[in-house]
Amino acid sequence: MADVKMHILVCGGTGCMSSQSDKIVDSFHRCLKEQGLEEEVKVLTTGCFGFCEQGPIVKVAPDNTFYVKVTPEDAEEIVAEHVIKGRKVERLLFVDPETAEHVADSKHMEFYKKQMRVALRNCGFIDPENLGEYVARDGYLALAQVLESMTPQEVVDTVKKSGLRGRGGGGFPTGLKWEFASKYQDDQKYVICNADEGDPGAFMDRSILEGDPHSVVEAMAICGYAIGASKGMVYIRAEYPLAVSRLRKAIEDAREAGLLGDNILGSGFSFDIELRYGAGAFVCGEETALIRSLEGERGEPTSKPPFPAEKGFWGKPSNVNNVETFANIPVIFLKGADWFASIGTEKSKGTKVFALAGKVNNVGLVEVPMGTTLREVVFDIGGGIRGGKKFKAVQTGGPSGGCLTEKHLDTPIDFDNLIAAGSMMGSGGMIVLDEDNCMPSVAKFYLGFTVEESCGKCTPCRVGNKRMYELLDKITSGRGTEADLKLLRDLAATIKDTSLCGLGQTAPNPVLSTLDNFRDEYEAHVKERRCPSGSCKKLISFEILADKCKGCTLCARVCPAGAISGKVREPHVIDPEKCVKCGACKDACKFGAIIKK
Amino acid sequence: MQQMINLNIDGKYVKVPKGSTILEAARKLGIDIPTLCHLNLEGTPMVNQAASCRICVVEVKGRRNLAPACATPVAEGMEVHTHTIRVLHARRMVLELLLSDHPKDCLSCAKSGNCELQDLAERFCFRENRFEGPDFSQSHYVKDVSPALIRDMDKCIMCRRCETMCNTVQTVGALSGIKRGFDAVVAPAFEMPLEESVCTFCGQCAAVCPTGALVERDYSWDVIEALADPDKVVVVQTAPAVRAALGEEFGFEPGTLVTGRMAAALRALGFDYVFDTDFAADLTIMEEGSEFLDRLTRHLQGDESVRLPILTSCCPAWVKFFEHQYPDMLDVPSTAKSPQQMFGAIAKSYFAEQLGVPREKLVVVSVMPCLAKKYEAGREEFSVDGNRDVDISITTRELGHLIKRANIDFANLADEDFDRPLGESTGAAVIFGATGGVIEAAVRSAAEWATGKPLESVDFTALRGLEGCRSAKVPVGDLTLHIGIAHGLGNARKLLDSIRKGEVEPFHAIEIMACPGGCIGGGGQPYHHGDMGIIKKRAEAIYREDADKPIRKSHENPYIKKLYEEYLGKPLGEKSHHLLHTHYFKRHKI
Repeated sequence: MADVKMHILVCGGTGCMSSQSDKIVDSFHRCLKEQGLEEEVKVLTTGCFGFCEQGPIVKVAPDNTFYVKVTPEDAEEIVAEHVIKGRKVERLLFVDPETAEHVADSKHMEFYKKQMRVALRNCGFIDPENLGEYVARDGYLALAQVLESMTPQEVVDTVKKSGLRGRGGGGFPTGLKWEFASKYQDDQKYVICNADEGDPGAFMDRSILEGDPHSVVEAMAICGYAIGASKGMVYIRAEYPLAVSRLRKAIEDAREAGLLGDNILGSGFSFDIELRYGAGAFVCGEETALIRSLEGERGEPTSKPPFPAEKGFWGKPSNVNNVETFANIPVIFLKGADWFASIGTEKSKGTKVFALAGKVNNVGLVEVPMGTTLREVVFDIGGGIRGGKKFKAVQTGGPSGGCLTEKHLDTPIDFDNLIAAGSMMGSGGMIVLDEDNCMPSVAKFYLGFTVEESCGKCTPCRVGNKRMYELLDKITSGRGTEADLKLLRDLAATIKDTSLCGLGQTAPNPVLSTLDNFRDEYEAHVKERRCPSGSCKKLISFEILADKCKGCTLCARVCPAGAISGKVREPHVIDPEKCVKCGACKDACKFGAIIKK
Repeated sequence: MQQMINLNIDGKYVKVPKGSTILEAARKLGIDIPTLCHLNLEGTPMVNQAASCRICVVEVKGRRNLAPACATPVAEGMEVHTHTIRVLHARRMVLELLLSDHPKDCLSCAKSGNCELQDLAERFCFRENRFEGPDFSQSHYVKDVSPALIRDMDKCIMCRRCETMCNTVQTVGALSGIKRGFDAVVAPAFEMPLEESVCTFCGQCAAVCPTGALVERDYSWDVIEALADPDKVVVVQTAPAVRAALGEEFGFEPGTLVTGRMAAALRALGFDYVFDTDFAADLTIMEEGSEFLDRLTRHLQGDESVRLPILTSCCPAWVKFFEHQYPDMLDVPSTAKSPQQMFGAIAKSYFAEQLGVPREKLVVVSVMPCLAKKYEAGREEFSVDGNRDVDISITTRELGHLIKRANIDFANLADEDFDRPLGESTGAAVIFGATGGVIEAAVRSAAEWATGKPLESVDFTALRGLEGCRSAKVPVGDLTLHIGIAHGLGNARKLLDSIRKGEVEPFHAIEIMACPGGCIGGGGQPYHHGDMGIIKKRAEAIYREDADKPIRKSHENPYIKKLYEEYLGKPLGEKSHHLLHTHYFKRHKI
């Protein structure tokens, strides 16, 4: 490495990969070779940088130049200008939307300023397929220290002291979970990593596995030592091929280096990891359903108690943690439980990764300390609402979460505050909604997901969610009544109270939180048959104002349904029978003659 | 000593063993928490604890959400409330949801009057459903009609009892949960018709289904039509287990024997000859017992080609089970046909000839405790030129309905006897109805044949009982027979697998019945609704009938002797071989 003068880091996350970042890597290799620089400049494929909105991303170190929206063709210019002549390629730098200035260093970007990378510490920094790079960043040091100088109980105590809570959605204290599993004695115990990330739009687990797989492998081994398990299982979605291949390589490399397998580092402790692939059922993220699926059975949850800590995989004591939870473990041991506990709020320690999406300018993966406000995430990091529209709500927690409004914007984000506000942390989905979003429709959208993903085992989830969906459909189609609103609330409460697993128990959250926070919108739908945001197709109509219409015929030409007629230079009319309410005419009209009612 | 747990339910204190559920603790207090999916057939592996219906939810102090009483273990100091407004509200809503996705055809449903969902609706004074009308959909599935069972999954409430029965208890594996969410349903793999699956038609799924989703295929109208046809001679045979259960259909206590009333009712229905499958059971012993003795003798003489233990072959569900699951062992079971099929074969040959009518004119109806018998009667090898040996097979339940439909006052009927010759039977035949009975009957005859001496006692009580998998050593002369018995197909599998692995001392003979308790617990019997006490009482009745019979050994049945003298020659003879023995087919495993 002594000869290397420069590193070119190319994002190899799934998002940038789909935008040809692998070809960018090839291109760099070719250009560098042509210039004879392949020894001095090293090209690395890294994990996700998080700023997916601006991908593919290329970072040049040591000067930390952050190039955005790079194409394979740009490699030549970067090599010629930046690498050889030391001049940054201005046109590929991020432009700050506020100041319209080019920003070269990511540290100065609003998107990164308020972020703190703990779980994602190595993502975008190292080559995830290179064990040496992970080790160079103190990888496996935590495991070595744990095995050399700590008792299993001390390991459990450290995790307890750190205040780490499960990042998969429930927020259960991780240390406590480890302690439960450590207390049950059996001839075999299991550490299970839940890599069945299923919230729509959430991809933090995938990014960690793609960008820093060894952190999960190391954490699982530490957990195995703590609870007395010699076997680890990773239940990972088969739809994450890149994560699967990188994790598999990490496990093989770790095994080869003696960091997995028998008698790790001469400690006498043995631990190995197997991969199992999930077929993408959302409910398999629920730990008991995950275990059933691991066993080859239909992925359905079972009643708790008994909890997996007592009877888990093959009936043996098992500890199930999510990827992001595990990713936090090594650093807790490296920097200390006190350091970790110093970040965050009173009851939620550390950071949380969010997949920021929706009507926000900066879409991507962000990691912030617990206690950061929603306003900071949406407006500072997220850069505010796209197109200058008005903020309406932010949906957190995926299909299990709820919608938070203007009044919640200054709430510090942590597990308990989000629940108190009627939503939840979930696995970290965060979708920003603007004035154009109809809240009953948003609730219906999420419910559509849970109806699809319910396993169908228990009545309230199987039938109840379907009925909630149908009630919302009735309401958004203008057929709802006030009695339906009451029924909807009653039903939501029962589903929450009687469902077998977390999926059903939280499925009504999008309905309840929108009913609470946007009651007026529901009432407008049932009392006035009106959709205030104008997005429920069955409740809106388009009309051409005769006095404004110039008869340019543009609307008639763009109408996909042939619903507009009229002679040139004469006012046109829309046939409501034929109109599909797509709004193409309104968007096309240059005279503001078409209105939506 | 077992650890005891103290808890409080609805203000009353109760102490129960650790590991008990809230439901069990409540029942101890006489608190009747409603259940639907839950089913625990005591003494069998049939414990359905899916906790999926959520009808039994209760409030547990300190718990965030409601707890299913059937699957929540008790804890020290637990405080439970079973009928707070929160609980009642939830239960009503859950029931409303269940009914909103259930057909409203109770009037024409086979389960009407026996439906646990209907009972709940009645118990909860269910009067209106807020989830009805064009805005709310219902799930629909293709109705699967097999010769024995009808699956109408529109009526399935996903209680999963059938699945537990089929997989955990019977280990057949024909049924499992498929699809997701609102469309989730229990079905054979790829939703293939049951008839093409590994289903054995044991009917235990129907025996535990709380609704009309799984019911027998009803052939009672075919019987009515046959009886009304002046060109047909209609004979009926009734299986041993029917007489011990039919009374339940008419309000008699479980375990009441109604043999005489049943014969009277059948005659009143218009059957030309009222015969008894018990006669054929005696015949089965003659053939199967002789086959056993033959194999045993050759084995003792050192013939290593002999397949022992001999396995019984009376139970058609068991036969289909081993054809699918143990295709390499098709030469192990006895080749003797089941009593139902022996009866059919004899009725349509010997008896038809006696009457002087062609077999096509004779209609053989069987009344069975069983659904698999409907399937067995339709197996191709049991017909001659397309004319079946047994034309119609109905269940105990269907016979009950036939009697009711014919305006017969069953309770006040005077006892009558079966007709001769095919109605005479021994005590050995009647115990075919209970687990262990077939092998006991076989031993009674085989022992006398082997020793040439009459038995001192015909009661081989070591072979009786309700334990799922059992074995007994029976001394016969100088020899000690090692006999195995299994009832329930899962137990059969367990026994066979342990033999294969050489884990048990070799058996000479094994009796297998597919249903828990044997035929008395068959899929066609009056519904037991989870009360295993009913099955026990039926078994007691069967052994009572045996004890009261003047003749208790099959080979002493005078009409059996006459049959051999006049027609068959000798057991395992050429004619017997042709009429009374069969062969088995290799079937697919999935």
